[in-house]
Amino acid sequence: MLNAVYQLVAPRRIDVSFQDIDLHGDKMIVRPTHLSICHADQRYYQGVRPAEVLAKKLPMALIHEGIGEVVYDPSGVYKAGDCVVMIPNTPVEKDDVIAENYLRSSRFRASGFDGFMQDLVALDPDRAVLLPEGIDKTIAAFTELVSVSFHAIRRFDGIAHARRNTVGIWGDGNLGYITAVLFKSMFPDVHLCIFGTNDEKLEDFTFADATYNVKAIPNDLAVDHAFECVGGEASQKAINQIIDVINPEGTLSLLGVSEYPVPINTRMVLEKGLRLFGSSRSGRVDFEKTVALYASHPEIIGYFGKLVGALVEIHSIADMNRAFELDIQKSIGKTIMIWSK
Amino acid sequence: MVFGVILAGGMGSRMGNVEKPKQFLTIGEKPIIVHTLEKFYVNPKFEKIIVLCPSQWVEHTKNLVKKYMKDGERIAVISGGATRNETIMNSIAYIEEKYGLDEDTIIVTHDSVRPFVTHRIIEENISCAMKYGACDTVIPATDTIVESDDHKVITNIPNRANMYQGQTPQSFKAKKLKELYYALSEEEKEILTDAAKIFVMKGQEVHLVEGEVFNIKITYPYDLRVAETMTKGEK
Repeated sequence: MLNAVYQLVAPRRIDVSFQDIDLHGDKMIVRPTHLSICHADQRYYQGVRPAEVLAKKLPMALIHEGIGEVVYDPSGVYKAGDCVVMIPNTPVEKDDVIAENYLRSSRFRASGFDGFMQDLVALDPDRAVLLPEGIDKTIAAFTELVSVSFHAIRRFDGIAHARRNTVGIWGDGNLGYITAVLFKSMFPDVHLCIFGTNDEKLEDFTFADATYNVKAIPNDLAVDHAFECVGGEASQKAINQIIDVINPEGTLSLLGVSEYPVPINTRMVLEKGLRLFGSSRSGRVDFEKTVALYASHPEIIGYFGKLVGALVEIHSIADMNRAFELDIQKSIGKTIMIWSK
Repeated sequence: MVFGVILAGGMGSRMGNVEKPKQFLTIGEKPIIVHTLEKFYVNPKFEKIIVLCPSQWVEHTKNLVKKYMKDGERIAVISGGATRNETIMNSIAYIEEKYGLDEDTIIVTHDSVRPFVTHRIIEENISCAMKYGACDTVIPATDTIVESDDHKVITNIPNRANMYQGQTPQSFKAKKLKELYYALSEEEKEILTDAAKIFVMKGQEVHLVEGEVFNIKITYPYDLRVAETMTKGEK
């Protein structure tokens, strides 16, 4: 079947191409309905990735956060019309030790191959998870991002030592907010502190126990463990501040993506005996547990509603460009494309 | 019930290869008609997909269905009629015989040589036909349309802003279409170029569904070259 795929062919230029979907295979077919723009998409769209990366990856359809309706599933797992979240990580092998999202062989949508900006998306049936009926689709659209936070917290739970009196989250953006909401719902008794640069954004963390501007952290404040949700150029400052503030043998979970290597104070990492671990992306189990958490803690959906920024109805390539341009202007929140193309 | 009606009746005399109707030529590894059928096949709303082709090509088309389609049961191949609209009437007769016709029987008629139709276009056709009774897939005209009655001088240049180019699918409530068609005089039938016009001639509204520039009709050898190029992306 000749499927229309809307690929980024050069920075800020999207064009349609066609790819044959083999209907004789096991792939299910999903019609995207709500797609959410991520920073990673923006780095391709604006062309700020290194030239050799762009040359290697483009043309490629963007978007790895999205939901859709099942059109066709030869495996019979799903019925037509089921609303599912699509999993962008696509493993090609099984490993009993290494998680699917860390296998170097795994492919990832809108990074290693085409993302969800397509008329129809062909997926292996295990690359979709059923969403609860009646869920707000504009919020469910960025479930992938939520699952990344969930994944990091799940790993934290397995890695961090048992003293968890105070935990800090650095970053007052989307990722910091989502991680904080999830953490509080999963560890309600832990004293949760948020560290950010924007007082207005920090005010939105009403569920947290304390918020601090990173320029005015009390001298006597310490955290047992920390999450870094900053990324970019500010990663260095955030990580080194965490190293200063964190108690000995604390665990530092790194989630922020930086285009460049980040110098960190390893002397203090050694002296304090800290554990730094990275988390990236997520796998099927994270999606399943995230969706289960939506059901068991419905207040989460309410908190995430604050993140829904511009909703852009997509009827044309011009609309796609408009959505990406609008997304650049926002200070926080997610731009959601209502996919009608 | 909703039925897909794939019109493969043309003999393809405009193509360079006069031996084989254009819908049976291949793009990539499959005949054009198979690419088109697949778009309908994956849509669960279709109770049955009816393919209408010249009688001498019926067996060939059945063989293609057998070879390329996973579940051939959902696809029926029957003979078309002398004209496009007679062919559509054949499909309605088939539906009436096998399933019966009622007010909500919808047919989504589509050229077999438009394999780039999208899921979105088909879905909008179905919902629009259900809601309004008839719809036509169009794109805004980019070229100025010039009218000439004697084929020598311009009679009229309509305002381009109001002009659209018709594509397919065209979708209808089948019972209504049948009634309107058989109410036409022979003279009226002679000037019909497509089924939407039956509704228009009888004063019935036909709603517009937004098509796609790439939803091309493969009519000339040039179109086939374009289609081949469209499907040869770098990835």
